[in-house]
Amino acid sequence: MTGAMTADPQQTKLLRECKLGRPLTGCHWDVHSRYVYCGAEDFLIHRVDMGDGGETLLAGHESWVRAFGSSPDGEMLYSGGYDGRLIFWPVAGGRPEPLRVIDAHRGWIRALAVSRDGRKLATCGNDRLVKEWDAATGQLLHEYAGHESHVYNVHYSPDAGCLYSCDLKGVVQAWTSGVAQPQALTTVAQLHGYDTTFRADIGGARCIALHADGRQLAFGGITKVSNAFAGVGEIAVAVVNVADGKLQQVLQSKDKTVGTTWGVSWHPGGFWLGLTGGGGGGWLYFWKPDSADEFFRFRLPSDGRGLSVSPDGAGAAVAHADGQLRLYGLG
Amino acid sequence: MKHHRPCRLPEHAVSRRAFLGGGLLGGLGSAAGLGGVLTAAPAIAGQVRSRSRRVLNIFLHGGVSQLETWDPKPNTDTGGPFRAIQTTVPGLHICELLPFTAQQMHRLSIVRSLDTRNGDHARGVTEMTTGRGRMPGVEHPHLGAVAARSLMPDDFPLPGHVLIRSSPGGRNVESEFHSAAWLGPRYASMVLYDANPPKFEDRPGEITDEADMRRNGIRQRANERFLQRRRTAETEAYNFSFSQARELLSNRHVFEVSRESAGDQARYGTSQFGRHCLLARRLLEHGVPYVQVNHADYDTHHENFDFHIEQLGEFDQPFATLVSDLADRGLLSNTLICVMSEFGRTPKINKTYGRDHWGTAWSVLLGGASIQPGAVIGKTNANGTEVTDRVVDHGHIFHTILRGAGVDSAGEFEIGGRTFPVADPARQAITELLT
Repeated sequence: MTGAMTADPQQTKLLRECKLGRPLTGCHWDVHSRYVYCGAEDFLIHRVDMGDGGETLLAGHESWVRAFGSSPDGEMLYSGGYDGRLIFWPVAGGRPEPLRVIDAHRGWIRALAVSRDGRKLATCGNDRLVKEWDAATGQLLHEYAGHESHVYNVHYSPDAGCLYSCDLKGVVQAWTSGVAQPQALTTVAQLHGYDTTFRADIGGARCIALHADGRQLAFGGITKVSNAFAGVGEIAVAVVNVADGKLQQVLQSKDKTVGTTWGVSWHPGGFWLGLTGGGGGGWLYFWKPDSADEFFRFRLPSDGRGLSVSPDGAGAAVAHADGQLRLYGLG
Repeated sequence: MKHHRPCRLPEHAVSRRAFLGGGLLGGLGSAAGLGGVLTAAPAIAGQVRSRSRRVLNIFLHGGVSQLETWDPKPNTDTGGPFRAIQTTVPGLHICELLPFTAQQMHRLSIVRSLDTRNGDHARGVTEMTTGRGRMPGVEHPHLGAVAARSLMPDDFPLPGHVLIRSSPGGRNVESEFHSAAWLGPRYASMVLYDANPPKFEDRPGEITDEADMRRNGIRQRANERFLQRRRTAETEAYNFSFSQARELLSNRHVFEVSRESAGDQARYGTSQFGRHCLLARRLLEHGVPYVQVNHADYDTHHENFDFHIEQLGEFDQPFATLVSDLADRGLLSNTLICVMSEFGRTPKINKTYGRDHWGTAWSVLLGGASIQPGAVIGKTNANGTEVTDRVVDHGHIFHTILRGAGVDSAGEFEIGGRTFPVADPARQAITELLT
């Protein structure tokens, strides 16, 4: 893989495929690039060794797992499942066992985030709550209530003094650490709709990423939904200013690709990277910050469901709907 | 000459529906749609009339997932993310999305072995609610019409077949009303939208009681004179229209869910489905023999799991409250409950976390009246892709509902000198499910 700052997306290529069985739901590239962890449509975490490709199964959840995070030293894996459990996994050893199992949320844990200093982690879920935990002891530090729908994702500010969370209705809240009252940052209305025939909310801010300078947040999802039953809508990423919540840009696809943006990341090469899946198939999208249209996109062999960029930015892991973990070189 | 013929003219059926769902007294002049009412003679061959029994049918439109409701397969390749939870029946598990219903399962039973071989919405709705395979050009009466015809006392002052549903909007696979086919429009559904009562139109204030009596007297005398010369289905329908309109007006309170106590309204919740369930309870308490509540939409080709959280989250508590209330009020022993759909959903999870149409192995919930409580009929294989025991279809369910409500489903209706089987003669009730 080439260095991050010289990334040339147009040279993106498939590096490795690992067939893990059932369709995958999410993935996480660990900080030392020793492993990639995957969730699947089973109740297991699949740990793939980046050296020999060996697979180790981590059993502890009773539902699908889509939320992952690592301690900065890479020695602890945190996982959040649709069973509402938050599990701490020391990764040393051949077959990791849970160190802590916390019934963290009532209903699904949708996402988790680890502070840059590794001292705290945050979880969010279907109980409409955001919770902060002591990463060393597993103690609950703070509970934040204010969302009125399922909380889909969460992200720390660089100094961990603030948490950003987003939900099914596109509402983005900013939480000052330890302060119960949220500050409504914005609502990314482009990513939410209510279908009167289906009688249900559609879409939501599925994924979240922070620009390296900490000044912009990006939220991925589906927009312009014309058929809620079949998920017919266009991929989109809404970029907003952290300072005032103002919408800066809605990143889209030139050909109005049908699907959902399941993953978004700010790449140190100076672009937003998005992962999509849905009716239009799986794609990696590359957007410059100053343009709504992509400057490049890369067709994937199957729908993408989870994205994790390698620590050096040279590669991306994608959890695919066909049960394959695929690693891509980003040029 | 008396005309013994079922009135099948579409304009009659339309008039009837407009009459019931729209204005009442103001619409009397156009309420000519009851031509078939008295042509469906009361003679019923071999049929048991269980006058005090009722049927409550909850129809989950779009095709609810059997795996996210009555036949969970956790941690299999088809099972999805949800767990199974213990119910009040030892060893019986249902999906964790139904925690309140799980507490009522000792009053209910599951048929897990439907194979209806159909993945078409409209056909599924027709077949599940008529108990017959759909054939072009052939119309059979809706379950509600059959139940009303069989269970409604002759002097019952209210409609015998009520459909409670949301206002239609956009794409909709629901039929807006239920046809009574050859049973005649008297047994077609009266539709109540959004838990609202029918739109009653009071007599204009300037017409006094005396004037009203006078004009009715004129009408009656004119009718009688006409009937001496020629008695027709149409004139009898006119008379029925007037008499039922008067009955409805005097019973308008039955349709007003707002009359229920604040405590009950709180227990059923603020969702529209909750209000629909409370209205259903009210109608059943007033003896309406067939009440159907529609809940939509479960057609989850995309994001099946998220949407089932949302829809079943709305369904669970009001439905469980309704079952509990019917039991507590002594009504469950004569109210047959069914929760059905037009089909189930594919065990295979598609690439957008959806499930598609599936009629090969799915489930229906039954309970109350003569349904054995706490039973499970039939079985699917480990990942729910096929029925492995006691295959049944819409015909068996139709027979079972009627039998459970005390109707001889193997009997016949005699209408205009012709006999019509109550249910598909090629099918039978699931007798082991009946007490």
